[in-house]
Amino acid sequence: MIEIEQITKLYDGLPAVDSVSMTVDTATITVIVGTSGSGKTTLLRMINRLVEPSSGEVRINGTPTGTLAKHVLRRRIGYAIQGHGLFPHYTVARNIAAVPELLGWPKEKINARVDELLDLFSMEPEQFRDRYPAELSGGQQQRVGVARALASRPDLLLMDEPFGALDPIIRARAQEDLRRIQQALGSTIMLVTHDMEEAMHLGDRVAVMDEGRLVQHGTPAEIVLRPATDFVAEMVGGVERPLRLLSLIPVSEIVEEGSAEGDALAADTSLRDALSTCLWSGRDAVPVVQDGVPMGRVTLDAIRAQAKGQR
Amino acid sequence: MKRGTLLRVALGTVLLALVLRPAWFAWVFAPFAPEGGPIIYERASLLSLSLSHLGLVALASTAATLVAVTLAILVTRPAGAAFLPLSRTITNMGQTFPPVAVLALAVPSLGFGSGPTLVALFLYGLLPIFENAITGLSTLPPATMEAARGIGLSRRQRLVRVELPLALPVILTGIRLSVVIALGTATIGSTVAARTLGEVIIAGLLTNNTAYVLQGGLIVGLFAVLIYDAMVQVEAFLFRRLGGQPSETSE
Ligand SMILES: Nc1ncnc2c1ncn2[C@@H]1O[C@H](COP(=O)(O)OP(=O)(O)OP(=O)(O)O)[C@@H](O)[C@H]1O
Ligand SMILES: [Mg+2]
Repeated sequence: MIEIEQITKLYDGLPAVDSVSMTVDTATITVIVGTSGSGKTTLLRMINRLVEPSSGEVRINGTPTGTLAKHVLRRRIGYAIQGHGLFPHYTVARNIAAVPELLGWPKEKINARVDELLDLFSMEPEQFRDRYPAELSGGQQQRVGVARALASRPDLLLMDEPFGALDPIIRARAQEDLRRIQQALGSTIMLVTHDMEEAMHLGDRVAVMDEGRLVQHGTPAEIVLRPATDFVAEMVGGVERPLRLLSLIPVSEIVEEGSAEGDALAADTSLRDALSTCLWSGRDAVPVVQDGVPMGRVTLDAIRAQAKGQR
Repeated sequence: MKRGTLLRVALGTVLLALVLRPAWFAWVFAPFAPEGGPIIYERASLLSLSLSHLGLVALASTAATLVAVTLAILVTRPAGAAFLPLSRTITNMGQTFPPVAVLALAVPSLGFGSGPTLVALFLYGLLPIFENAITGLSTLPPATMEAARGIGLSRRQRLVRVELPLALPVILTGIRLSVVIALGTATIGSTVAARTLGEVIIAGLLTNNTAYVLQGGLIVGLFAVLIYDAMVQVEAFLFRRLGGQPSETSE
């Protein structure tokens, strides 16, 4: 568990981060969103003390970060940054092995870990292990950057716009990979983005920053349904709010008895995709299956009822 | 690429022959020798002069590299930043001082021989290495440096594992410039009785024997060209290693 308490960073007397408090549960993803200059990066960098807080405290599993030597603290926290920051003079394998090496892991364990991570990110170890970063595509570099951050199985993973440079398709793949890996390893992740879509999609919790302050911290649904300020409402996108809401709910939640014509949807499809299917195929109801077994159907009316929000 | 290798081998062979079997070239230099005068320098073996010349250059350049890189490391640390302007001034002064003046000033305290030459070569070698090392160490990719801090490398580990290797190609360029300058400057050392190939050139000047001058000049020139080329190759290799654009078009 990460506890951030009243943390503030002043630059020239002006707060870049203004008295932010929040608690991040173990094995969850918290996404920090906000406009440019709202203090997201500064907040993240205060957690591994790349930036020293002006006041306030961060505790990781009860230990205040100020009580550890900086390099010891940082070796326990994975860190992935925009623009990957790979070491150009190290091979992919050595880049990923950087932290385990610092921690003195035995060689065989490091090699096995490198191959395991490359596999996780769908990069053939045989093919990529001995390449240099300059010999990778931008998306591959970014994935190696994330793999490096994950290598030592850190208690906490900080990611600053890790998918910033990726095209939409690769970006979606990388997000899926991250979700899958996070669930498999049970990692705690704090991720910065200014893409609300990404925040909704990845976050168990979403933290919205505005001018250095944390204006709302809650589940994606709470953020969409009950934005705390006009700024948050604007961030979740006025006219797109019903669609964002639908994208958070799987069809299994509103599936009902009965049958419908045409191709079926999987139970974990989002209502947004179900709506899209209804509109595109001109149907009022679509059958739903779970693992190939019919579950019932989802109707356009039911979807519409969900999208109405609460007022 | 193929042609470059051929040229290198050819120049290297000529150089070796010039140093080891100077008599083979008597017909080349004969037209430049004075009537009836000696054509090939024989007062000392060219091989021993070459070795002594290269030895002086190597010694001075090694010392200059150690001092300049150490200095550059110190002034690029946060604690040493205040000394950056001062150290720049000092190394620049070393460069503006004429080499002959350095020799003249050093002779009274160090006596005739290699001492003053070593001092002059050392002083001249400092600046290019120092300037390049500062450039290399202060223009590292910010994301890589941020990552190096972020994954928990200590200051020392960052310097040894990341900063120096990444700055190496630029530092090597400085060393190359400095070595080439030293190869030429070392010839002047013979005026204060250092054993260098300058001896051949100066003997030629004193006796009006252009053949000697050409012989000495040619050997020094070939050494400079071949050493320069070898160092360019090493830099290019390192540069490609560090993710520079591979220059496939030139292959
Ligand atoms: N080293 C610094 N010195 C002075 N001001 C700084 C420094 N670092 C950040 N700031 C200021 O603090 C504020 C927050 O910066 P920060 O980098 O945290 O924003 P951000 O939310 O990450 O923005 P972006 O989305 O553009 O990356 C900005 O106004 C920035 O100018
Ligand atoms: Mg930022």
